[in-house]
Amino acid sequence: MKFKMLTRALAVVAVALPVATTAAEAYELTIPGTVYRTGPYAPNGIPWANGVADYYAMLNERDGGIDGVKINYIECETAYNTKQGVECYENTKSAGSGALAYQPMGTGITYQMIPKASEDKIPVFSMGYGRTSAANGKVFPYIFNFPATYWDQASVFVKYIGEKEGGMDKLKGKKIALVYHNSAYGKEPIRVLEEAAKKHGFELMLLAVDHPGQEQKATWLQVRRERPDWVMMWGWGVMNQVAIKEAASIRFPMDHFIGVWWSGSENDVMPAGDDANGYLSGAFHAAGDNFRAHDDIKKYVYDSGKGTGDRDRIGEVLYNRGVVAAMWTAEAIRTGMRIHNTKEPTGEQVRDGFEALDVDAKRLAVLGLEGFTYPVKVTCENHQGPGKVGLQQWDAKAKKWSFVTGFYEPDDDIIQPLIAEDSANYAKENSITPRSCN
Amino acid sequence: MFYREAGQFKTSYTADEAIFPILQDRFFIGAILIVAFGVIPFFIDDYWANAILIHFLVYALAALGLNILTGYCGQVSLGTGGFMAVGAYASYKLVTVFPEMNFIVVILMSGFITAAVGVFFGLPSLRIKGFYLAVATLAAQFFLVWLFNKVGWFYNYSPTGMIVSPPREVFGFLVTGPDAHPAARYLFCLSFVVVFAWAAKNLVRGRIGRNWMAIRDMDIAAELIGIRPLEAKLTAFAVSSFYIGIAGALYFSVWLGTAEPTEAFDINQSFFVLFIVIIGGLGSIMGSFMGAAFMVLLPITMKSIMVDGFGFAVGAAKHAEVMLLGSLIILFLILEPHGLARLWQILKEKLRRWPFPY
Amino acid sequence: MMFFLETVISGLMAGVMYSLVALGFVLIFKASGVFNFAQGVFALFAGLALYDFISMDGWFYELFGFALPVWLGIIATMGVMVIVAWLVELLVLRHLVNQEPIILFMSTIGLAYFLEGLGDILFGSDVKPLDVGLPSGASDYLLDNYNFYVEKLEVVAALIAAALVIVLAIFFQKTRIGRALRAVADDHQAALSVGISLRMIWVVVWSVSGFVALVAGIMWGSKSGVQFSLSLIALKALPVLILGGFTSVPGAIIGGLIIGVGEKVAEIYAGPFIGGAIENWFAYMLALAFLLVRPQGLFGEKIIERV
Repeated sequence: MKFKMLTRALAVVAVALPVATTAAEAYELTIPGTVYRTGPYAPNGIPWANGVADYYAMLNERDGGIDGVKINYIECETAYNTKQGVECYENTKSAGSGALAYQPMGTGITYQMIPKASEDKIPVFSMGYGRTSAANGKVFPYIFNFPATYWDQASVFVKYIGEKEGGMDKLKGKKIALVYHNSAYGKEPIRVLEEAAKKHGFELMLLAVDHPGQEQKATWLQVRRERPDWVMMWGWGVMNQVAIKEAASIRFPMDHFIGVWWSGSENDVMPAGDDANGYLSGAFHAAGDNFRAHDDIKKYVYDSGKGTGDRDRIGEVLYNRGVVAAMWTAEAIRTGMRIHNTKEPTGEQVRDGFEALDVDAKRLAVLGLEGFTYPVKVTCENHQGPGKVGLQQWDAKAKKWSFVTGFYEPDDDIIQPLIAEDSANYAKENSITPRSCN
Repeated sequence: MFYREAGQFKTSYTADEAIFPILQDRFFIGAILIVAFGVIPFFIDDYWANAILIHFLVYALAALGLNILTGYCGQVSLGTGGFMAVGAYASYKLVTVFPEMNFIVVILMSGFITAAVGVFFGLPSLRIKGFYLAVATLAAQFFLVWLFNKVGWFYNYSPTGMIVSPPREVFGFLVTGPDAHPAARYLFCLSFVVVFAWAAKNLVRGRIGRNWMAIRDMDIAAELIGIRPLEAKLTAFAVSSFYIGIAGALYFSVWLGTAEPTEAFDINQSFFVLFIVIIGGLGSIMGSFMGAAFMVLLPITMKSIMVDGFGFAVGAAKHAEVMLLGSLIILFLILEPHGLARLWQILKEKLRRWPFPY
Repeated sequence: MMFFLETVISGLMAGVMYSLVALGFVLIFKASGVFNFAQGVFALFAGLALYDFISMDGWFYELFGFALPVWLGIIATMGVMVIVAWLVELLVLRHLVNQEPIILFMSTIGLAYFLEGLGDILFGSDVKPLDVGLPSGASDYLLDNYNFYVEKLEVVAALIAAALVIVLAIFFQKTRIGRALRAVADDHQAALSVGISLRMIWVVVWSVSGFVALVAGIMWGSKSGVQFSLSLIALKALPVLILGGFTSVPGAIIGGLIIGVGEKVAEIYAGPFIGGAIENWFAYMLALAFLLVRPQGLFGEKIIERV
């Protein structure tokens, strides 16, 4: 009896082969997204993924896609896990008529995709995350990380602090702490901050927090003892919420606490309630849903019941990050299609589109995103764009993020040599000859 | 009927001690090997290699290693992820410090280095038993991952601590890096797995393996009949870590190509390999393979069916997949607590008697 | 000196939070010999259910148009946990009687997966700021007058843990069911032969540990919001468990305190010299060091082996 049940169970399992991909239909622009709607980082992954999906859906409904060609956006669930990212990449790269651009959504997955996608000639758009030195387009022809990298951001934070202290020379003798997620992502800014500490003479204090970061007593007790003048945070997931709460507990002034742009969403500050008032974070796009594109998303997507998320969560910080990512990707594809004068672009042609991408204020206005972000221009050598970062602040009463500064230029004196060094190392280790960009 | 050993006479001790004494087994294994070496490489593409076959082979090898320790010697370990990290980082350091070294030697050396680390962390097993030991091995897990994350020397001081596997050739074929042909990488892993599975099968049938099993069944009794627990337990840790180290080296250098210690070798990795071993069957070489197939293929299959087949939303499909996996694990344990290997055995019995039920 | 005292007290408090999780493990292990890996997920599930009952954006509110007051929500969640315990007995444990410990352990991992998926499907994966009216933040009085930092939530947690242990002790010592539980823990066979229903006992003990999980879920959930990561606190409880011994309730408490203080002191005073973030492995190393001296944990029953 037991045996029979088992054979039946096994028969179900025996269908163990991936279902064949559907037959070719009319050409569609295939854009895979490796999202994470499950796992420990799901609260951050969901709004982001919704933003991307909704923007593409809106383009499809409103304009019939990009220049009249429909977008086929394929989600693949990774749970923020590199191994599942591998499966996703291989599964989607030849979906439809071939993937045109990837948004890996995760540092580990980006690193994993960099060599493979370069080989398969599919551009990877790791928007502000992933490998910073991919900014060097000569070594990484298929990787794009505009509009700004973690390194840009770290140097901008230092600038902001200098400004608040009354000049960069006042930084001497100050103490700045970095509370970071103990992973590749969190370690990213350390090198830049170390250089900046040397240059400006401030003292840098490094405090690592292990995944997932539920318990940070020891970290914040150290902050309490050492009393740094400023704290920066490179956090992710539950670590953000706990850190903001702990900082409030030890009465660390919130307006001296700056989070990276992944530590600055509604999710992160809500659990701390009023205590989070005044907390700062980096940003390169606005929060809120008072843009024409958002109205269009509501009108074309949500009104016909095709939305992926809750209507009232449109305009959250991470949702908007999804929108801006989708917007740049779509613009790059459009540019590529126009350069090559084709309705059926390949990954290579989309790469050319990325390298000729020029979304200026006028274009943003056309797209219904006036003032949403700053103009971005990407070139063959420079894949990181302008690298500008602004700071936004949380208002706990109004429950709103709003910009408190303009967009700062990064400190290229520190960053450019580091990018050159790191990309040269990569090129050497993997025997890549940097291409010429002329 | 199909699986009858009647009429197969053994006329020498060698024949009796053969690794597969029954003709049908030899056919079966032979057929699998012919398909694996002779057919699959011609049809393999990136998806099959990366998402399924190499994935499966790496975990099968790691599961073999853990099965030696847990299934044969009875020492439950949750340090597998940490030991795989040792293998991975050893291979990375060897490859970058000695670029000229033959890649096969690199992988083997990584195994030996892991074995040494494994013996060190196996020392507490002389005093601590059962679940206490399992949790104690977590010390190794967390410490090793922390070490590789913290000490710059291990990742050549790259700014993020991420390691990337440089391209290497074996017999003139690239086996690592993005340019490597999927068939080359697959065959490279397959060869290691086959050789070490064969070695393991022989090892557990020999004196050492019997010592391990005696310790597993009751260590005090084993000690009384003259088996030295020190030697038996530490050899089990050494051999097991050797296998796991090689699996870790292949996992990093051939399969993923990049790794970050906190994510690629985290505690879930340890649990995952333990699941494979238990689902497959403790104390069975065959079981390690079947368990790996189950745990690797099932999620991918379910995802394909739900997302590609029925068009579920990916998030919901993932939740459903996790729930299904959980229920299937429970169902399997209720129906057959001794794992898939035991099922295989029952199947063989049935085949022998077929068409008669008893 | 003041700072050292702060570190120690914070460590003690953190330790109590670990103990809350470890307690659930101990109860089940003691009564049924099952190493319940799903304990962390229980805490998550309980937190999610509670949030659903008492908030405006849950199923409950949608179905009935009102949210429960906190105390009623806690009782309702308790009901949910009893149902979960009953189902676990009915669908899982009943069929695995007499299996080896590792098989039982594995089945609880299956259970953990199942509940994880179920919790996400039912309640969604967003961060849910759980507010049951517990105080949070530093104690202003101590901070203003003595510049001494103590987290209010954790003081409450410590008080609740103490109350919990007293209640459990009375339950075990004085009630009929409690005595039956102890009998089962001592010897299954003998308990069965004097007419104690093993199944009922299992349901009771899983419910009790569900209750402990609920308490842990409330405490940790008030700290960080209820979200998936809550299920990972089980990992923090494991070193506590082996240090205190799998079978001892006081062991779970004292183990928690030792681990809490040990890891905080190590992180703050030794961490900066070797790179920081040593808490996780240090807790295990500390437990391991204790184990080498006492292989059954500090308060575990002495392991007697016979041939």
